[in-house]
Amino acid sequence: MSRTVRVGCGAGMWGDDLEAPRQLAERGRIDYLMLDYLAEVTMSILQKQRSRDPSAGYARDFPSTVAGILGPILEHGVKVVADAGGVNPRGCAEATLAAAAKAGKGGQLRVGVVTGDDLLPRLDDLLAAGHALAHMETGAPLSSVRDKVVAANAYIGADGPLAALERGAHVVVTGRCADASLTLAPLRHAFGWAGDDWARMAAGMIAGHVIECGAQCTGGNCLHDWRTIPDMANIGYPIAEVSDDGSVVFTKPDGTGGRVSVQSVTEQLVYEIGDPRAYMTPDVVCDFTGLHLEQASRDHVRMTGARGTPRPEMLKVSVAYQAGWKAHGTLTYAWPDAADKARMADRVLRERLDRLGLRFDEVVSEFVGAGAAHGAVTPAGAGADAPEVMYRVGVRSANKAAVERFTREVAPLVLNGPPSVTGYQQARGKVEEVIAFWPALIRRDAVDVKVEVLQ
Amino acid sequence: MKVRLVDIAHARSGDKGNIANVGVIALEPRWYPLIVRELTVERVAAHYAGAIQGRVERFELANLHAMNFLLHGALDGGGTLSLRTDAQGKVFSTSMLRLVLDVPDAEARALGLPAAP
Repeated sequence: MSRTVRVGCGAGMWGDDLEAPRQLAERGRIDYLMLDYLAEVTMSILQKQRSRDPSAGYARDFPSTVAGILGPILEHGVKVVADAGGVNPRGCAEATLAAAAKAGKGGQLRVGVVTGDDLLPRLDDLLAAGHALAHMETGAPLSSVRDKVVAANAYIGADGPLAALERGAHVVVTGRCADASLTLAPLRHAFGWAGDDWARMAAGMIAGHVIECGAQCTGGNCLHDWRTIPDMANIGYPIAEVSDDGSVVFTKPDGTGGRVSVQSVTEQLVYEIGDPRAYMTPDVVCDFTGLHLEQASRDHVRMTGARGTPRPEMLKVSVAYQAGWKAHGTLTYAWPDAADKARMADRVLRERLDRLGLRFDEVVSEFVGAGAAHGAVTPAGAGADAPEVMYRVGVRSANKAAVERFTREVAPLVLNGPPSVTGYQQARGKVEEVIAFWPALIRRDAVDVKVEVLQ
Repeated sequence: MKVRLVDIAHARSGDKGNIANVGVIALEPRWYPLIVRELTVERVAAHYAGAIQGRVERFELANLHAMNFLLHGALDGGGTLSLRTDAQGKVFSTSMLRLVLDVPDAEARALGLPAAP
């Protein structure tokens, strides 16, 4: 029987189930554990934290998560690959070593650090050197928002984490690495796949794409037959069991809830993709149109047929910039005529905002229970007899004072607006900073990935 | 015969910048050709009239009995700018499934399609 390598995904986002990494490390019979913490907006939050405290800027949960699974790591050889480093991978690695020392394992753990994705310190030099970082959709030059930029990171691929694994790291911490590359790196390490073996690169990246959102491929957020998904409270996190030929079996730990079916895996395959013939990643361009899925046994889905073409010469860059302020307020109106009352409240509020001379880039009114989720696609008259409707109103503006004043204008409607109103605890929302994204491309050779291993 | 897409397909959606992606998957492989025939770019664009600002792109994944749609200008500027509840396009999946198809009776019977209630 040929060897297989099992990669589990124990975090599909920062804030995912804290028990999942332990479930996989202790009960998943896995070789590698990948953890994805970074959404686009996370990078700007972390960059701000670091500007206030130079030791911050990474996923604070990660060191204690690793400390909680040192047994599987040091005794059973489970290796961890995570983008927990955020904008401070070295700080994250040092905190992880400190957490291991505190747990009595000082000096034993080797932590690899992958850097080079963070372009913020180099941004002006890159622009001066002719890297325009033009907006991918509009073509506008980055200089138009340069003074508002708060983060800029290139999506790097599997080469960095692979080098760290080859140098003996038990745990690899990256910054902005493509999520699926955190799965491909272990597979290249385990099987010695050549970086230009495009079919296998694609198989590894597609396996990573399926598991990178955690339980979203094992029955979580699964529309197909959702009522019958077993034991969701104890849902199993995904494992990709990969063979050297690039075939993959998706499964989950024995004795856990959820469901791994052709349908649950297909829903995740089509999640957040563009052209399925050319799914762009830093490591390979994947073609999904030859994939074949079959239910091998209960909670085991086999995938074959991944195809790939050479990796792109350009890497994607995500630039985050400050784009004003926003706030929301909500009120709940009760039957009868709940939706009509909420709509009248909206007309009254908008007129008051106008009379105050407040101007916003956008005001969005929603009527939760009468069509907020589906917007203009909602059938006319939906929610007409709803037992209650929540009025949810939000504003956005470059003028912070206008947004602050808005937050004072919703609550008064309880006394001076339409009747049967309750649930006003959230009437006065908090003013939040708006971060916008500027997708751009940069030549691969302009991004200098560096790897070190700390002990 | 009227056939609801929600009775013959499942779906998942998400975001990429100001674009929502909607994957639509046939519940039975034999229903897939009908879905490909009916869910044209024009039909989907008309369904989302007023809800999206840009064009519709359409891709086929016959191997998975699935289609992928990109709805441009769907997210009020993008996930972090949008003030909407569904800022990340998570439930465009089920708004797509609100489509109702007109299928000739003989074909509907041959395919065992469930009639809309």
